[in-house]
Amino acid sequence: MKGRTGIAFALILILLPPAHAGLGLAALTDNQRVLHILNRIGFGPRPGDIERVKKMGLDAYIEQQLHPERIDDSATEALLARFPSIRMDGAEIAKIYVPAKDIAPGQGVHPLQKLLQELQGQKLVRAVSSERQLDEVMVDFWYNHFNIFWGKGLDKSLTTGYEMNAIRPHALGKFKDLVMATAQHPAMLFYLDNALSSSPDTLTTTMERLEQLQREPFSPRREQQIDRIRERLEQQKKGRRPGINENYARELMELHTMGVDGGYTQKDVQEVARAFTGWTIDRTRENPVFVFRAAMHDPGEKVVLGRRIGAEGMKEGERVIDILVRHPSTARFIATKLVRRFVNDAPPGSLVDRVASVYTQTDGDIRQMLRAILTSGEFFSAEAYRAKTKSPFELAVSSIRALGASTNGGPRLAQAVATMGQPLYRCQAPTGFPDRASQWNSSGALLERINFGIALASNRIPGTPVELSRFADESASADVLVQRAADLALGGDISERTRKVVAGQVASPAGLSPVKAFSLVLGSPEFQKR
Amino acid sequence: MIGRRFFIKSSGLALASFAVTPSFLVRAAMTERAKDHPVLIAVFQRGAVDGISMVVPYGDPNYRPARPQIAIDSPMDLDGFFGLHPALDSLKPIYDEGRLAVVHAAGSPDNTRSHFDAQDYMESGAPGNKNIEDGWLNRYLRVKPDRSATPFRAVAFSPNVPRSLMGPAPVVAMSRIGDFGVRSGAGAFEAMYGGETFEAVHVLEGARPQQYGPENGAQYPASPYGQSLLQIAQLIKAGVGLETAFTEIGGWDTHANQGNDRGQLAGRLQEFGQGLSALYRDLGDRMENVVVITMTEFGRAIRQNGSGGTDHGHAGALLLLGGPIKGGRVYGRWPGLAPDQLHEGRDLSLTTDFRDVFSEVVRQHLGAGDVSRVFPGYTPAVRLGLLP
Repeated sequence: MKGRTGIAFALILILLPPAHAGLGLAALTDNQRVLHILNRIGFGPRPGDIERVKKMGLDAYIEQQLHPERIDDSATEALLARFPSIRMDGAEIAKIYVPAKDIAPGQGVHPLQKLLQELQGQKLVRAVSSERQLDEVMVDFWYNHFNIFWGKGLDKSLTTGYEMNAIRPHALGKFKDLVMATAQHPAMLFYLDNALSSSPDTLTTTMERLEQLQREPFSPRREQQIDRIRERLEQQKKGRRPGINENYARELMELHTMGVDGGYTQKDVQEVARAFTGWTIDRTRENPVFVFRAAMHDPGEKVVLGRRIGAEGMKEGERVIDILVRHPSTARFIATKLVRRFVNDAPPGSLVDRVASVYTQTDGDIRQMLRAILTSGEFFSAEAYRAKTKSPFELAVSSIRALGASTNGGPRLAQAVATMGQPLYRCQAPTGFPDRASQWNSSGALLERINFGIALASNRIPGTPVELSRFADESASADVLVQRAADLALGGDISERTRKVVAGQVASPAGLSPVKAFSLVLGSPEFQKR
Repeated sequence: MIGRRFFIKSSGLALASFAVTPSFLVRAAMTERAKDHPVLIAVFQRGAVDGISMVVPYGDPNYRPARPQIAIDSPMDLDGFFGLHPALDSLKPIYDEGRLAVVHAAGSPDNTRSHFDAQDYMESGAPGNKNIEDGWLNRYLRVKPDRSATPFRAVAFSPNVPRSLMGPAPVVAMSRIGDFGVRSGAGAFEAMYGGETFEAVHVLEGARPQQYGPENGAQYPASPYGQSLLQIAQLIKAGVGLETAFTEIGGWDTHANQGNDRGQLAGRLQEFGQGLSALYRDLGDRMENVVVITMTEFGRAIRQNGSGGTDHGHAGALLLLGGPIKGGRVYGRWPGLAPDQLHEGRDLSLTTDFRDVFSEVVRQHLGAGDVSRVFPGYTPAVRLGLLP
């Protein structure tokens, strides 16, 4: 039983807010406020960051981060040269990374696997090095909100463009632009099957079109079109009978906009699905792009959430998006998710209300919502301080930043993040990775997190070299070592327990080395929090 | 295990902490007793398996017309009305031995067709109630407290604790037994996280479950799911006190091109069935105390959709396997597939609440008296008689 209470106790340690949160010390110290900001609108402090932000002023730093376009990030841009695919359009990616034939195993890294490695690599490099930290946090947030699974068929080659073109440009923009961009991106159309959704009458329509074409005079174009239609009919006979597919319609409402309790019905799901019929992919092998196919569209009248939508072809989907993003449930759902990410697992209702009303007043302006959160009393409260458990991605990136290291984004780092429970771009469910502590706290995951800190401090992650001698040499006293590690990783805010344990290692036969001191601090309960 | 030895050498503190952990010796003594302990293994088919493709109601006249392209052509007959999907051929002998049972038209009474909500409800064990924070398996652990339990009483093979096992009772979650340890400085981390946190690590080191290879020619799939089942078997054989295990297998959300006797769904079923049959073979006589149950959030729509797949539905099928199961039967009242028999005109109607099924297992197999605390607010409606 002692063992069982031990595990339970360890979990409680991670789950509970830090001790001082309960002691009624309402105000954070200046140092804690700066650390809090660096941990929340970025991936934790690098050496010197705390002083830099103090000098600049907290408000100025927040305002700067809210305008990433004004921040010079050329150093990070240069690092991204290792990932050529992120600057390619779909046609180039298809040409270079999609092999014409299956490649036999054992012939090196498969080009599509390489594509994933570049995608994961750029995410890690940017999170570690970019000066536009908040922008990176938001790209991570929105990708996860509009999650797609890299491993699903065509999405292996489309996920790169999805993040670069549908998510990244809108990370601090208008929410509606994100919904529209994701709705029309071939990666989403494929992932949630809308590309396949068609009016049950499509077969008849296709036949009619074929007959009509056959009556037209001969031309090479006519022959081409006839061939294409025959091919489609052939496919339809092979099990692809036309009909609606509800997958995207449901997740659009449940996960992207209104939330599961937002007040829609199964009938609404079907109506939305009908409105989006014809939003599909022009699946030329060379470059899959969004296309509206009138022949697949169900032109009948739809009623979505009590609103009538007439026969407007492709515009019907746009009308649905309009209705959804203006719905009060969407304002609330998005506000709640943002507040959960930035403030607390249990989002304070007062703040959610205010952020939801900013959403409504500003037409879903993400920057304005963030400003409302980052200047709120709830955000800077003792209850919020170190209240969030870092995701494995956040833990890895903040560890590297704390040690002042950089990474080339090589596959070993992404593997380490996956081992801790977060395979980047490979969350299969449309929900994305959860943003709650309970999800990341398990005994196995805790051990993996500890092992990550050890591997990093010991310089055993290829592509992510660290140089601890910058901070302390082997002869440094235990007190100095503990203080250095605590300053760098924890903004100096280290618990007595952790300090004692680290300093106590001096008495062990191996003594306390810089590697050991940093391993222990990176593996400490307080570093698991942000 | 990675560097426990290294660590013992390098830290006197750790050596001391290992030496003063007497409970492990107590536990070793328990191993004998553990052999007779009941074990429950829950396998979650995440994404909602198409129940009527897994266990096919081929005798229902409305089955084939609803699925022109995706009906199963050659189901393996079970009882003259239902048949197993041919990709589940590895399970057929177990059914014939009377150790595999099916409960059809079963699932959650809640109407949601959201994966997330429906999984949540089946795992919390309280459909429709969003205020239940713990999972039904964790509640079981508390309803039947065990003073001699080891840290391995409840184990999930997943990087994170699944909802079914969330709650105050201690649970171990891991991906691989071999990774369950700290590479160096374990003693210091133990001190930081509360002294005996890592007792589970010590227990594993003593028991060395990885020494137990598959027996009786059992071949587990190489997938994470297959390897999880293999490791569950290793923990059972190593006698570390395992009572409740959880693992999962994904890929069931077949909205498009699910296939029929062959194809996408068949591939998933093949892996699924091979994992279960490998476990059954591997454990041999030990299976007398083991029950495996399957979970899945809902069934799928009866009519195929426009993409050769199936959209989210309502009732589905659950499987139970193991020595104590009165198998060789398909349980549950069949509601029929005629349009007026369908739930909301499109899905399989529900005739057995999943809580009826799980309650019997918890009571008859695990021996928990007060099942109403495991499934709060629920009184079992039907006694199926799945176990003696």
